Amino acid sequence: MAVLVIADHDNAHVRDTTHKTITAALQLSPDVDVLVAGKDAGPAAAQAAKIAGVRKVLLAESDSLGQGLAEAYEALVVPLMGSYDAVLTPATSQGKNIAPRIAAKLDVAQISDITQVVDGSTFVRPIYAGNALETEKSADAKKVITVRSSLFKAADEGGSASVETIPAPAAPTKVRFVSQQLVKLDRPELGAAKIIVSGGRAMGSAEEFQRVIDPLADKLGAAIGASRAAVDAGYAPNDYQVGQTGKVVAPDLYIAIGISGAIQHLAGMKDSKVIVAINKDADAPIFQVADYGLVADYKTAVPELMDALTAAGK
Amino acid sequence: MKVLVPVKRVIDSNIKARVKSDQTGVDLANVKMSINPFCEIAVEEAVRMKEKGIADEVVAVSIGPVQAQETIRTALAMGADRGLLIQTDADPEPLAVAKLLKAVVEEEKPDLVLMGKQSIDGDNGAVGQMLAALLDWPQATFASKIEIAGAKATVTREVDGGLQVLELDLPAVITADLRLNEPRYASLPNIMKAKKKPIDVKELSAYSADVAPHLTVEKVAEPAKRQAGVKLETAAELVSKLKNEAGVL
Repeated sequence: MAVLVIADHDNAHVRDTTHKTITAALQLSPDVDVLVAGKDAGPAAAQAAKIAGVRKVLLAESDSLGQGLAEAYEALVVPLMGSYDAVLTPATSQGKNIAPRIAAKLDVAQISDITQVVDGSTFVRPIYAGNALETEKSADAKKVITVRSSLFKAADEGGSASVETIPAPAAPTKVRFVSQQLVKLDRPELGAAKIIVSGGRAMGSAEEFQRVIDPLADKLGAAIGASRAAVDAGYAPNDYQVGQTGKVVAPDLYIAIGISGAIQHLAGMKDSKVIVAINKDADAPIFQVADYGLVADYKTAVPELMDALTAAGK
Repeated sequence: MKVLVPVKRVIDSNIKARVKSDQTGVDLANVKMSINPFCEIAVEEAVRMKEKGIADEVVAVSIGPVQAQETIRTALAMGADRGLLIQTDADPEPLAVAKLLKAVVEEEKPDLVLMGKQSIDGDNGAVGQMLAALLDWPQATFASKIEIAGAKATVTREVDGGLQVLELDLPAVITADLRLNEPRYASLPNIMKAKKKPIDVKELSAYSADVAPHLTVEKVAEPAKRQAGVKLETAAELVSKLKNEAGVL
């Protein structure tokens, strides 16, 4: 059985989530093709072809694919599924946007947000915000799967697949792209960062959040996260949100500053390799998951941490 | 304009789900249940459309046990006009829910289906997109702003790394994200009024939709618990541990 991976990319580059989804796909089949759908996406397709384990890259280009319209992806992917037994996409916003649409057209269930492949039709996935892990067996001949990529190792470079251009479908008629505003980040992306510095409601204002969190993140080359409480209070933009309703992350190091550790936040970061908590409340639930805790006011602890990092040559 | 808002009864979002000891599922006996938070946001948005004169009828539909009538009452107390319960003790999969909602759409003929982006129990986030596909309607998921003008909806949606604006021809399916609005608390008079609003109850068997399961749950387990680590005294000690013990710096 051959499987298809829908690549996550920005036309110029393939994102790390794609490499991780390919790892999940290779656990289903040795025959993994990658679909790069976009606009002027040749460079991304060339990169995808160099990922180890990829058999072939399919490149489809049109305006509506570049705009990420779910209707265009449906029209592109559903006919391709005659040649594949499964399609996998990282569980990014875009993956979540398109995969159920493809599943419904194929009249199959979506297997959402998998964290483990047990066998060709059995998967583990978190439910109830990660408070339970469900092992789910699919009876469908064709499977539509979204992958929680942070739980899979990235496939290595070193492949030499061919790139085949395939025709793009006609543009959808009932929906039109108006505009897009992407935040230009000078820092690593939250989903791909090795280190994340996260701030909570204790910051008290957006100015304080930036004053405290930004320099520490810069020093560590880290991405910035925030608890839902901090986002709801307007201290940080929504795309910083880590948790059940935001992003689920698993960096090597997660530093939680002034975050109490509500269930909804823990659901988004508890798979991090090392967790550090800085909080003045010694009873805060965040300390129950932290490898290293500092019971201290962030106002004194963060400057001390900056100094200690400088002293350690950071 | 008529707006259909699907709502789901789920475990209250402030309660931690506990896995049953026989690993067959999550224990929902004697647990507080509420309207799914994203469904609540969708109801709020639909009611605001009604208050602005954009919508003239808001219909809340739920698929679930007899107690899901309470969930519909919550929507009615917020300002929805009437309810429909498709009663079943089974827990239909997202695809089955989408097929049932398609049947409801064919009966009710709404101009807009406005629903939550995901329910906080199964966390699939699939029904809205599946429904749009089955109806061949356009979709806008993860909406943080919706403007209706004539037979078009302009939707700002949260995408990876930013925001995207789409224009959709109605009828369409829109799914609500957290930022769309802050739902109101229903006032006591409105809660009383909601008791008099009609809820139509139909048996699942009244629909011909194929609701056969495609998935079997083999096991529901508790995730591995993380061990609490050590509390340190100084930032210098922390940096040294991160560097030498954890090796992450």
